[in-house]
Amino acid sequence: MTQLDDNNIPAPCSSGDGLEIKDHFELFHTEPYQDLFEYKRQFEGAHSAEAVAEAAEWTKSWEYREKNFAREALTINPAKACQPLGALFVAAGFEDTLPYSHGSQGCVAYFRSHLTRNYKEPFQAVSSSMTEDAAVFGGLNNLKQGLENAHSLYQPKMIALCTTCMAEVIGDDLGAFITTSKQEAHIPEDLPVPYAHTPSFVGSHITGYDGMLKSIVTTLGKGKKTDTTNGKFNFNLGFDPYIGNTRELKRILSLFGIDYTILSDNSDAFDSPNTGEFKMYNGLTTLEDAGDSVNAEGSFFFQKYSTPKTQDLFAKEYQQPTYNFRPFGIKGTDEFLMNLSSITGKPIPKELQEERGRAVDAITDSQAWLHGKRVALYGDPDHVITLVNFLLEVGAEPVHIVVTNSNDQFEAELREILTASPYGQEATVWGKKDLWHLRSLMFTEPVDLLIGNSYGKYLWRDTGVAFVRIGYPIFDRHHMHRYATLGYNGAINLLNWIVNTILEELDRKTIVPSKTDISFDLVR
Amino acid sequence: MRQIAFYGKGGIGKSTTSQNTLAAMAEQGQRIMIVGCDPKADSTRLMLHSKAQTSVLQLAAELGAVEDVELDQVLQVGYRGVKCVESGGPEPGVGCAGRGIITAINFLEEEGAYEDLDIVSYDVLGDVVCGGFAMPIREGKAQEIYIVVSGEMMAMYAANNIARGVLKYAHSGGVRLGGLICNSRNTDREVELIEALAEKLNTQMIHFVPRDNVVQHAELRRMTVNEYAPESQQAKEYSALAEKITNNTNLTIPTPITMDELEELLIQFGILDSDDKYQEALAADGKAVATV
Repeated sequence: MTQLDDNNIPAPCSSGDGLEIKDHFELFHTEPYQDLFEYKRQFEGAHSAEAVAEAAEWTKSWEYREKNFAREALTINPAKACQPLGALFVAAGFEDTLPYSHGSQGCVAYFRSHLTRNYKEPFQAVSSSMTEDAAVFGGLNNLKQGLENAHSLYQPKMIALCTTCMAEVIGDDLGAFITTSKQEAHIPEDLPVPYAHTPSFVGSHITGYDGMLKSIVTTLGKGKKTDTTNGKFNFNLGFDPYIGNTRELKRILSLFGIDYTILSDNSDAFDSPNTGEFKMYNGLTTLEDAGDSVNAEGSFFFQKYSTPKTQDLFAKEYQQPTYNFRPFGIKGTDEFLMNLSSITGKPIPKELQEERGRAVDAITDSQAWLHGKRVALYGDPDHVITLVNFLLEVGAEPVHIVVTNSNDQFEAELREILTASPYGQEATVWGKKDLWHLRSLMFTEPVDLLIGNSYGKYLWRDTGVAFVRIGYPIFDRHHMHRYATLGYNGAINLLNWIVNTILEELDRKTIVPSKTDISFDLVR
Repeated sequence: MRQIAFYGKGGIGKSTTSQNTLAAMAEQGQRIMIVGCDPKADSTRLMLHSKAQTSVLQLAAELGAVEDVELDQVLQVGYRGVKCVESGGPEPGVGCAGRGIITAINFLEEEGAYEDLDIVSYDVLGDVVCGGFAMPIREGKAQEIYIVVSGEMMAMYAANNIARGVLKYAHSGGVRLGGLICNSRNTDREVELIEALAEKLNTQMIHFVPRDNVVQHAELRRMTVNEYAPESQQAKEYSALAEKITNNTNLTIPTPITMDELEELLIQFGILDSDDKYQEALAADGKAVATV
């Protein structure tokens, strides 16, 4: 071991005579730091590099896979997030709406940073700032003061309230608390305060999404139901992180000439233009439209498993036909557009027909590179169905499908899709499993491609399998959320990301001069 | 559909009184579901003729998540077609029984257990000690609370505390106090005392259930009195109580009293002694203690 003197560690900005500040990418690779790391090993009880390598190798085996799948009391990297995240996400799409998390400071800080890291956009939400005394005496006082402060400071037209684990465990009754806050004039009687109980120890972000959307519609739609319809259609995209999708949908609906309400249009909330002036609220669905949505001709839900309760509300309470379409890929978009046309009686615009032709053309161009490629993927239930449909469409073969926030109905639907396609025969569906399970799957039964959110980069690193980032969250690449994956144009984007990742990987594999570069081709 | 809840001090006879009364209601043709909100899971024993085999939370713990539980695994049909569910809960000393009640009731709502019923009855353990135990009286749940009480001091103390819980939710959620059920312990002047307490709490003593050993005989056979001895006087008492609850319109917002007021009431009825008498008694023992 090298003996080091504290003074040998240079301060980051004191090298030489200049003020060169080294980035951490380089700084920690300089000799003093490398020596320091080496020196520290003796205090860390660190195993030898050989032992570590041996254990790492063992984790790639079938034996380890079996142990891994026998895991009962541990989850490693689940592909899901907390309920309130979904609740705040959907709330952000409504006009002048302040999302409010009833719990400790740390919870809301987590949701805000999670969204900000994905969208590189500020996200405003407030909290009850509950502490030890609130845990003992209940959160009523925190909520009363919180609502009053939030209302007087930020003047929202609506406050969308969700809970956190702590408030749920102590049994805070939001309905009664809000009524009390209004009776005691902390907030105006007529301020809409929809609320959802969102304990994170059950369900996932899509459960919270559903609960909050249902409450918002119920609250705003109260007393609004009329005998006649308003001639409009409602569209809900579910927990869809691609703001490009909302914009693409609006473009399609304008081409059709359909009068619509997007239930939670949060596209500007997560992508507000920088005009030099701060605008607190960017939700685009007006409260009036949201309230009037109960009188629509019908409601479309693109994510079946993210909105079961809201769909039930529209179908039973408001007596509306509800439709589940997934307008992604060629077939999915075809089905949506043809049904939209027959439901509304409006013909499919020529422009969309041309776009379809272009998307089909693009897929044909790349199909040879995708056919037979084995794929591992993970994500939310509807997101996964969407991707599987697209992969089957281009002749790729989904092999490992991991869905942490799975349910039986979804798995049955997915299995049916896979069974019906010649490319789905190899596929296995792994409900309620996590990314550490997927790691074992990828080592024991290798694939050509991995599709998932940013957390997949660790699997990419370990397995070396080419990786396409599609999903939520994407923290380590910029601007992905701006693109559409919906419709024919969205299909081209999906195709672009997938095929070009495969081609890039091919370049990487054929890069060694006079060894593999016989296939380092200019034209692919 | 009416939703009612029975509260009261532990051991006061809530489960016995509620099951006997509900058995009588079932005889009168009402479709009933009992939701036991006690980790001991013994709120439906007399209806099922055995302790409920599976509680919601026990099964959820076994299966890993409450989402995996199916309604028909935990809903059993007992005497006279009364549906029975037990929330269950943790072992004494660990976990959070209150959260268990919230989880179980949410589960029942989501699974559609509340359809095709005239009466849902919650049987809740002991005092309202935390938010979870107040779950049955939240908005949209039980609208009528019946407190089982006797002429003993701690039972009355608990009754007053429960009235405080009801008051908390009365203005925002619409829950009301339906009355005190006196489950007699044969204490002195019991009827007058409970009637006086009822008056102070702005409610009524809806029925005085006399003490009768036939209740214990029926319990030994895991039956309600109504089933075991339908012709007995006690069965008639429960039928009378059932009738009174069915026709009860005297639903009030309670006016709980302070600890001092409660003690005054007890002194008035000779259950507690006044401070003077306390000092006298101590002096007689030769151990004068100054009041703190």
